[in-house]
Amino acid sequence: MPGKGLPRLGVFKFASCDGCQLTLLDCEEELLPLAEAVEIADFREASSTVLEGPFDISLVEGSITTLKDARRILEIRAQSKILVTIGACATSGGIQALRNFSNIEEFRRAVYAHPEYISTLSSSTPIQDHVSVDLELRGCPIDKRQLLEVLSALLRGRAPNLPTESVCAECKRQGNVCVMVGKGIPCLGPVTQSGCGALCPHFDRGCYGCFGPMETPNAPSLLHRLGELGMDRGDRMRVFRTFNAASPAFRAASESAMEDGKP
Amino acid sequence: MSERTIQVDYVARVEGEGALQVRLRDEEIEEIQLRLFEPPRFFEALLSGRRYQEAPDITARICGICPVAYQMSACHAMEKALGIRVEGPIRDLRRLLYCGEWIESHALHIHLLHLPDFLGVPDAIALAKEHPAEVKRGLELKRLGNDLMRALGGREIHPINVRVGGFYRVPSREELAPLLPRLEQAREQAEAMVRFLSGLRFPDIQEEYEFVALRHSEEYPMNEGEVVSSTGIRIPQERFEEVFEEVQVPYSNAYHVVHKGRGSYLTGPMARYALNHDRLTPRARALASEIGLGPQERNPYRSILIRAIEVLFACEESLAILRRYRPPAAAWVEPPHAIAPEVTCAITEAPRGMLYHRYRIAPDGTIVNARIVAPTTQNQKRIEDDLTQVVRAGLHLPDAELAASCERAIRNHDPCISCATHFLDFRVERLPR
Repeated sequence: MPGKGLPRLGVFKFASCDGCQLTLLDCEEELLPLAEAVEIADFREASSTVLEGPFDISLVEGSITTLKDARRILEIRAQSKILVTIGACATSGGIQALRNFSNIEEFRRAVYAHPEYISTLSSSTPIQDHVSVDLELRGCPIDKRQLLEVLSALLRGRAPNLPTESVCAECKRQGNVCVMVGKGIPCLGPVTQSGCGALCPHFDRGCYGCFGPMETPNAPSLLHRLGELGMDRGDRMRVFRTFNAASPAFRAASESAMEDGKP
Repeated sequence: MSERTIQVDYVARVEGEGALQVRLRDEEIEEIQLRLFEPPRFFEALLSGRRYQEAPDITARICGICPVAYQMSACHAMEKALGIRVEGPIRDLRRLLYCGEWIESHALHIHLLHLPDFLGVPDAIALAKEHPAEVKRGLELKRLGNDLMRALGGREIHPINVRVGGFYRVPSREELAPLLPRLEQAREQAEAMVRFLSGLRFPDIQEEYEFVALRHSEEYPMNEGEVVSSTGIRIPQERFEEVFEEVQVPYSNAYHVVHKGRGSYLTGPMARYALNHDRLTPRARALASEIGLGPQERNPYRSILIRAIEVLFACEESLAILRRYRPPAAAWVEPPHAIAPEVTCAITEAPRGMLYHRYRIAPDGTIVNARIVAPTTQNQKRIEDDLTQVVRAGLHLPDAELAASCERAIRNHDPCISCATHFLDFRVERLPR
């Protein structure tokens, strides 16, 4: 990274579970070397030292669900040379974007006895809906190897290697037997972006799409197959309405599952 | 008349977003507010209309530090409604997975979040310059916890291998074998960690806590047990809401949970330890006694020692489980009957304390409504009570120092704000003299 001294790193949290920034702390072996390579300027979960911007690299976790956060992300963008969104909440709105499909008043009432105490927006939106994003890391949670790849690429000034192929490609390379073909287990691998290491099929489970849609997913074809495997309309809709429900491709898939006229 | 306000806008080294405000009038405490301002994500509401099988993976997303706890409480609640009883190796593997989460979460809190307070540094990175071996050992223990979770759950954050009834796939003995020598080494490391931590200087404070935890007939509690308290409560999990209630406060996005008719209480490692000291392994109990921990501990700063003892316990427990493990014939237990349309609940011991899930299920297996009570919502009021003593003892301090002591007292209890909101920002108002 250009500039004097060490590149300055900021880690920021919006609505999220903390798992993606925890992934940074989970780099146990690489954590201390990383701390030598950057200046950790603002990472409140890890340090009481909080420095002012600007930041060379900002990692942003979580989605925008309040007016205050919608303003805060503008300030962070203005202070950041490279802004990287980390995880499903920051890249697609996260599980909390399920509110985008419902009435927020009902949600608030269901959880809190005094909904008037809570200030929140009626939608959960990804960071890119508010500011320009330089790089995105998918996953619920993100993958540690991908995080280290992005950090080391940025520190060396090269483009990171982040495949946009489907989980199927990764799964084949690992030599897993296809769970859908071999065992009839419904799997979102064909439409989901790789990066997790094809974990679920490796554990005899169908992919549940936590890395969100691949570049050009053929969701209609997969929906058809899921129906043949015995998933009813509600099941086909719900399977696309989880951690990346508000990503355009998964949103469209869940809506067409409801409208295709099959059972 | 004088007023003074002490304020922390963002408490550092805790999970999530919280603030603190203390308002003093004539050097008397007028108000202490721990404000968890993290935006709520409405999990209870978004669970309604989902299938019961989806609850473990959805609720795991409440917290990236203790996803296993959410998966476990959700599975147990659903299994009660399905008449499933998980025994033998599958039960053991769940306990092993939970041991992994306790080791990871406690090693994280001890070394990265809590220990810097005792040594007067801002973070573990500064700490690593002065105590490289101790920080390295802490990170190795943390990594072992993560490796346990990865072996059983596929990944450490939001494991993918847990389902109602058990697992999608269970590991072979060979897959788990490399963990045995590492756990043996970890047990030695955990003992050395406990001895190192026992040499720290602790502020001399005793609090009157009502401790609340699970208690099991034979084991140190994780997945099962009755709810017991240091004031003599002993109730089945199903009666939790009769005895404890959620109260909403206008300044926080998290409920306070109180013992009806009594007030605040404490759940988590100090409570578990006080109520289950006799269920620790002999080695863990002996080391606790060697470093001067009695059968209960009422100094919140010394909670770091109890977490360390629990790490040792979890290493020993994991070793015992690994040694006797034989893979079961099936990776999960099929339900004997369709889901009974009813209200079902379960409590398990997350690293930070009791995690309560309650669901109403429709006859077709759809979740009608859900209620989740996380450890930090239970401890929030109690943390405010701890702060009272800290502020009284620190009135002579300048604002910045008093604020720092308050932040430190909050960290004693390892709050997890993403869990509770359902955030920490510290604000002390001192009204002018």
